[in-house]
Amino acid sequence: MAALGIAMGGGNWFSALALGVTLLKCLLIPTYHSTDFEVHRNWLAITHSLPVSQWYYEATSEWTLDYPPFFAWFEYALSHVAKYFDQEMLNLHNLNYSSSRTLLFQRFSVIFTDALFVYAVHECCKCIDGKKAGKELTEKPKFILSVLLLWNFGLLIVDHIHFQYNGFLFGLMLLSIARLFQKRHMEGAFLFAVLLHFKHIYLYVAPAYGVYLLRSYCFTANKPDGSIRWNSFSFVRVISLGLIVFLVSALSLGPFLALNQLPQVLSRLFPFKRGLCHAYWAPNFWALYNALDKVLSIIGLELKLLDPNKIPKASMTSGLVQQFQHTVLPSVTPLATLICTLIAMLPSIFCLWFKPQGPRGFLRCLILCALSSFLFGWHVHEKAILLAVLPMSLLSVGKAGDASIFLILTTTGHYSLFPLLFTAPELPTKILLMLLFTTYSISSLKTLFRKEKPLFNWLETFYLLGLGPLEVFCEFVFPFTSWKLKYPFIPLLLTSVYCAAGITYAWFKLYVSVLSDPPSSKTKKQ
Amino acid sequence: MFGDYEAQRHWQEITFNLPIKQWYFNSSDNNLQYWGLDYPPLTAYHSLLCAYVAKFINPDWIALHTSRGYESQAHKLFMRTTVLIADLLIYIPAVVLYCCCLKEISTKKKVANALCILLYPGLILIDYGHFQYNSVSLGFALWGVLGVSCDWDLLGSLAFCLAINYKQMELYHSLPFFCFLLGKCFKKGLKGKGFVLLIKLACTVVASFILCWLPFCTEREQTLQVLRRLFPVDRGLFEDKVANIWCSFSIFLKIKEILPHHFQIIISFCFTFLSLLPACVKLTLQPSSKGFRFTLVSCALSFFLFSFQVHEKSILLVSLPVCLVLSEIPFMSTWFLLVSTFSMLPLLLKDELLMPLVVTTIAFFIACATSFSIFEKTSEEELQLKSFSLSVRKYLPCFTFLSRIIQYLFLISVITMVLLTLITVTLDPPQKLPDLFSVLVCFVSCLHFLFFLVYFNIIIMWDSKSGRNQKKIN
Repeated sequence: MAALGIAMGGGNWFSALALGVTLLKCLLIPTYHSTDFEVHRNWLAITHSLPVSQWYYEATSEWTLDYPPFFAWFEYALSHVAKYFDQEMLNLHNLNYSSSRTLLFQRFSVIFTDALFVYAVHECCKCIDGKKAGKELTEKPKFILSVLLLWNFGLLIVDHIHFQYNGFLFGLMLLSIARLFQKRHMEGAFLFAVLLHFKHIYLYVAPAYGVYLLRSYCFTANKPDGSIRWNSFSFVRVISLGLIVFLVSALSLGPFLALNQLPQVLSRLFPFKRGLCHAYWAPNFWALYNALDKVLSIIGLELKLLDPNKIPKASMTSGLVQQFQHTVLPSVTPLATLICTLIAMLPSIFCLWFKPQGPRGFLRCLILCALSSFLFGWHVHEKAILLAVLPMSLLSVGKAGDASIFLILTTTGHYSLFPLLFTAPELPTKILLMLLFTTYSISSLKTLFRKEKPLFNWLETFYLLGLGPLEVFCEFVFPFTSWKLKYPFIPLLLTSVYCAAGITYAWFKLYVSVLSDPPSSKTKKQ
Repeated sequence: MFGDYEAQRHWQEITFNLPIKQWYFNSSDNNLQYWGLDYPPLTAYHSLLCAYVAKFINPDWIALHTSRGYESQAHKLFMRTTVLIADLLIYIPAVVLYCCCLKEISTKKKVANALCILLYPGLILIDYGHFQYNSVSLGFALWGVLGVSCDWDLLGSLAFCLAINYKQMELYHSLPFFCFLLGKCFKKGLKGKGFVLLIKLACTVVASFILCWLPFCTEREQTLQVLRRLFPVDRGLFEDKVANIWCSFSIFLKIKEILPHHFQIIISFCFTFLSLLPACVKLTLQPSSKGFRFTLVSCALSFFLFSFQVHEKSILLVSLPVCLVLSEIPFMSTWFLLVSTFSMLPLLLKDELLMPLVVTTIAFFIACATSFSIFEKTSEEELQLKSFSLSVRKYLPCFTFLSRIIQYLFLISVITMVLLTLITVTLDPPQKLPDLFSVLVCFVSCLHFLFFLVYFNIIIMWDSKSGRNQKKIN
């Protein structure tokens, strides 16, 4: 009896946190799921019923396979377990099939694959420095980081309610970051290459990896003032890195190259027919741009500066995913967004090259790349904010400045995910979970950095507090007003614009902190 | 399937659309056979309040006659929110305040205690899964316990009267309140302060009852009809499967059919009072806060096991006092709370709450096990059985294995409960005995409850011998 007691009460807080969040995920099984559920069921059917040569041509359902081959193989492996739950879900023609067993299988597969995420968090905890910790368990940076990652609100609602498989993908990314922190560069590169072939959205942060590995791994030593020592270039390392990337890509795309299907695969992976913005505008720069355009066009109409007949009919907020024109400001093309993204990323990459600060500098560059691409990318989905939020958690327990940026980014980013869960039963769940997470993150980080200056200035506090009234207005007041019929898109518009302001501010602040950091600080491992 | 959810919605419809005089009477507008009101007036007033809010949001929800069986996502959200609000306003503050008032415990343990009480699966599943408002009546009862333990007797009795007037099942707790307060009056001396206190308490109780029943006091027929709805003595000794003595006994002997009706009432009356008499007498003679809480447990348990027309949800009335003694005997309390949740298994399976049941039970068990280190606290002294086993050892010197026996019993009990749950979920019962699994669950739970009845009575009766020498704990 006593042995059991010791095993349970032991001090293994990490397992307790992981188990607790797994139990919570089990409770979320019967909640609302989006069309992504049907997407993945369809992919299970495609990979199970058809030969490989047909995977990227199949189009019975509108949800065609648009992830790289490794993910397709992953679905293929899952489908072999799925057949023991419900054979019918693997039928290509069973569109929108969602029996209770299918639901159970799919939800459990997400919960199960999250094990990789848990392992990655465990590895990340090893990389952070706990010297300034207090005696209390709950004040240790490792504990706070574990809670911020394992119980991350955004990941919970996107993966376990909305339904996606981001858990294990972020696990791969965090694991590769942890390996880079632990100076196991080859493993880190390998893991990232694998990740790219699971979901190509991670291409956004590939520049950070590329530049960091080239600068800090291929050049084995620096001059005393920190600048590059050209004769320390190691061909062996470059070749081995190149070999790893080449082999992984060969494994992934090789079969399709052999079948001459590469153009088709690429066209599926990069669909540019979709519009600048998603049906609900992701809170990025283009949301602000669109809002400005709309405001200007309304003002223009009022002041009779614009001819009403020349204005195109398709409104950007009517939820159609198609291409359209702006009325006042110049239209935006995919090429323009690409150039803007690259320009936005450039300063951070230059910083990484000219002022390398070890893994911590790499992490900041990665976050900046992710944020820049979120802000300026083409057809960005609001879920992409997680790409910046999760790595930022690692920085937040290190410095007070980073903690403050993290809190603004996270709170605003998580709030911008609210429109994903628009059903009535999910309303109390999302509000309660969001309040819990936000309260915990703010109070724990404030306690951790209580000896330094306060985390927020008055403007930031005001902005964050403003999220409360915004939510009350959008969800509780607006549905009862008369504007609901005339302008149904106002809550989405307000949410998008308000959050875009916050995210842009966080991006700007992070850039300032990166660019103004003293060069070549001899911080060994942090 | 229409159940308690539809009943609550129907009560909102009735109380909003009909005048007070017709609430408890059968009429063309109010068909008592279709979920008629069978709780005291305070429930009716609460339904009326909810109905006003419902009218503001969507009048279709409570339209007379036409809203029967109404179910929509927005309506479900509204109803569940009313339960949450009632919880937040009444039950949760009571629990938090109770844990704050616990003495000789560190702040961390107080927080852990509050968390464990709030995580109790039974109340969460019944209130939010099955749909009821137990948190209101249990919350008021808890305020009553708090008031009476902290010597705010009048406020405590007022709160408890509100609890009784919300759900008549709270009468299970009434005897310990009565005995404790009477004992306090005796202690203060019946000639002086005690008598004054007694009069004040009596006035408080009468006043609160009159206040709640005011609309129904005007005519004798009104009062009688309400009482008839509250205490349906025409229904039998028990209904459906419940983990009490009569239901378990009827496996072997069909008492319901053998004994005449009034005899059943008399027998259950006698057994109930015989089993709770010793504890209540002791409480009157030696009133103490600790004794009060333990007597609450044993009284409620006696009522549950032997009383008339008991529902399986009434186990919650026993679980609340057990939650209050969680910090004193964590091992046995956790065990009891697990069994009480298990005893409601057939009901929860009918509501398709298997996953929440498993998840909340695991979470509760792990929270208790880590907060109180229950597996290290199984010695005799921790189980409060030291004085008892000392007395027994006077006659039986070899009686030293008590804690070992209890540990083995716990292991066997958990294994049995897990096995029974697995069997009920996976297998189909044999055709000749379609209720086999629910009967098994009830029988096993009943055996557990009998064991706990004996245990809690032992603690109460053997308490004072070393109690006078020790400092008063609470």
